[in-house]
Amino acid sequence: MNPVWQRACRAAAVLALDPVGLGGLWLRARPSPARDAFLARLAPLDPARIHPDISDAALFGGPDLVATLQAGRVVHRAGVAERARLLQLTMAERATPGLAARLAGLIDRQDLEVLAVDEGADAEEQPPRALTSRLGLFVALDGLALADLQATSPDLEDARGRLDQMALPDDIDRTLAEIALMLGVTSPAAALRTRAALRCLAALDGEAGPAQIEEAASLTLAHLAGPPMDVPEAPHEPETSEAQDEEPAQRGEAMVERVVEATRVVLPPDLMTALQLGRTRRHAGKGEGAKLRQMGGRGRPLPARPGHPDGGRIDVIATLRAAAPWQTIRHRSMGARDQRRVIVLPEDIRLARSEISAERLVIFAVDASGSAAIARMAEAKGAVEALLSGAYAARDSVALIGFRGTEAELIVPPTRSLTRARRCLCGLPGGGATPLATGLEAARALAGQSERRGATPVIVLLTDGRANMALDGTADRGRAAEDATRSATALAGDARQVIVVDTAIRPNRRLKELANQAGGRYLPLPRADVGALPEALRA
Amino acid sequence: MKQVFPFTALVGQDQMKRAILLAAVDPGIGGVLVMGDRGTGKSTAVRALAALLPKIRVVEGCPVNSARPRDVPDWVEITDAQMVSRLTPVVDLPLGVSEDRVTGALDIERALVQGEQAFQPGLLARANRGFLYIDEVNLLEDHLVDLLLDVAQSGENVVEREGLSIRHPARFVLVGSGNPEEGELRPQLLDRFGLMVDVTSPTDIETRVEVVRRRAAFDADPSGFLRRWRTEETRQRKAITAARKALSRIETPDAILEDCAALCIALGSDGLRGELTLLRTARALAALEGANVIAREHLIEIAPMALQHRLRRDPMDEAGSAARVTRALSELFGPLAAAAE
Repeated sequence: MNPVWQRACRAAAVLALDPVGLGGLWLRARPSPARDAFLARLAPLDPARIHPDISDAALFGGPDLVATLQAGRVVHRAGVAERARLLQLTMAERATPGLAARLAGLIDRQDLEVLAVDEGADAEEQPPRALTSRLGLFVALDGLALADLQATSPDLEDARGRLDQMALPDDIDRTLAEIALMLGVTSPAAALRTRAALRCLAALDGEAGPAQIEEAASLTLAHLAGPPMDVPEAPHEPETSEAQDEEPAQRGEAMVERVVEATRVVLPPDLMTALQLGRTRRHAGKGEGAKLRQMGGRGRPLPARPGHPDGGRIDVIATLRAAAPWQTIRHRSMGARDQRRVIVLPEDIRLARSEISAERLVIFAVDASGSAAIARMAEAKGAVEALLSGAYAARDSVALIGFRGTEAELIVPPTRSLTRARRCLCGLPGGGATPLATGLEAARALAGQSERRGATPVIVLLTDGRANMALDGTADRGRAAEDATRSATALAGDARQVIVVDTAIRPNRRLKELANQAGGRYLPLPRADVGALPEALRA
Repeated sequence: MKQVFPFTALVGQDQMKRAILLAAVDPGIGGVLVMGDRGTGKSTAVRALAALLPKIRVVEGCPVNSARPRDVPDWVEITDAQMVSRLTPVVDLPLGVSEDRVTGALDIERALVQGEQAFQPGLLARANRGFLYIDEVNLLEDHLVDLLLDVAQSGENVVEREGLSIRHPARFVLVGSGNPEEGELRPQLLDRFGLMVDVTSPTDIETRVEVVRRRAAFDADPSGFLRRWRTEETRQRKAITAARKALSRIETPDAILEDCAALCIALGSDGLRGELTLLRTARALAALEGANVIAREHLIEIAPMALQHRLRRDPMDEAGSAARVTRALSELFGPLAAAAE
């Protein structure tokens, strides 16, 4: 049997045996027969399907206005979270942090479990961490052929009967804690889920040996793994003699290491890197921007809010809904003769809102080449942090691209979190040639991406301006300059807001030209003053 | 009722537990913000509070948990005012809750059926005299956070609808938790919390093993586990009750007032709020530890949680704000602070 499929089947069995203990399952798979076959295995759990744009009313329930008005008494429509035990979140990679947090809260309270079906196309596209970190099991379905999908159904009833009687090894908590630490999994909640999975596997197999431990760890810890940590030496107990003590300890150690190895290979390597760096997209919603723009709005629509008619666009339906329940009272108190007339008062007014309209993404493209790289990176770092800490009210988010040698690298993906930016910024590489055009192209691509998601990008280029590496990776000053000019013109064509910050000791005429070509502003800041940059951005 | 994991059985996270207990001793400290990794017991600690804290006397059936019959708001229909004991309310405010459910609103059913205006109290009413807990506070909609902090500060909730104006007391300790990686809290909101603590996952094996062991033991046999921890819970409850009584008798030497001022000046923290919180929290700690006078040790112990979120952020400082407070403490008070660490 194909190991990937076998692992998936075991995960499905574990989830069926102890859904509460595991919290849920993160299924990373594009639509395929394999995915259908896997979901079919979970069908007995009767998952209720929800989608990333589900409203709070649909999720948590609320009064059903139409039925309420008809019946003349409050008719409560149950939310899906009240009705179902297992929610199947389709296109989980598009879930917003808000939805993730709501689901996470429900899982924490053990109200329900979540099956997140993630169709992320690349490693950076994945459901929010707040959700995935609460899902005990991870299954990726890659490279399966139809022939691999043989179904062997374990006897779940039998295993369920054994579940409470299975004895786990005495030192299991220590072993699991060591495995988790070596994998860089810090959350104690994860250890509890590994334990729960181990109990299920033990009940299925009738024993809790090294094989089950290894499997439990690989099922529950792979997607939580972070950079490896040093496991502190276990304290030696003086009363046991060395000779007796050594052998089992060593054997235990070897097992821990084998399990760690086995777990690390479960994840696709690119996803692993993305997970370890915490580089997930805040909102991955391809195509969504385009769809919404047709409706004449930008960004994800939010529930309407009470407001003054001057404050924005009135959401007529929401306003009428707000007014509807009070009509009896109003007709009575205002003595209105025509009962069909709907009385709308200012307090009913609801304004339409959308999420991203005000968000601005400041993309720093930082020259990490040459000897000045370290100083410039430090300045850029300061500027990023100053911007994030100072401009919270403006709701800016920040991204940082470093370029050197022949390539540009997205070092800080779009984020509003100072903590995350700080983590991404530690240990930046520096030195090498100056691929100015490559850096500009990377910034341009990111700007395009973010605009499709409804943000307004601003590009800030920090460099001393001596481009000496062409786009195709040849060290040719002339072509490098040409390429940079072309990229700058393209930026102007995209009508991007660009600020070119010259960090050279003496202002560089060529950079000023480049800024003009990009249709942007030129800002000579010899010692890029951290305080001045956010000022410049505000202007 | 679902049995909850006992507060005193939580392994580690001493700073968080202390901050919550201090706010329970003196609600005037003004709320606790707990930021940090997931799965570190933030929610468990708050949800365990109801069982831990001393019961309160309330007028039976009063939606705002009034302590005396004459405190019951006039919009409440209560025929005979019977006093009962009940658990301190700990109200969970879920994300995605509507403003109406938070503040309370007109009773939609009575408006429809009888055409009457009747107030239906919300979560703020239920939280009166207790705790209001918001998990993932950094993801809550801004207008709701503003509203909550306003009410928490004024101690009163005002709802005006359909020509009806309702007021009721809403005095509660706001406890917020969140993960800074999912977005930071606006600085304006930060310093309106009295205390702030950072929590991190334990990294030593022993602690982690103990966390898992206790949780597994609880899940396997909740009643037995609660029985084993009953003595400890009772001891802690008595300490809180005693501390609440002692609070007004604690002396504040002038030297402590000077220390507070010196510390705030050294850290450049704005406003008097920092100094006041420092003092109140130190007093609560002294009371909790059974002291009669606030000592410098008390001040040193609580200074990081009382001040770290009131500092101007220094983008070039990697260490984090709590470390800056500790640094200032050792500069001002010498090696004493290092010993307390």
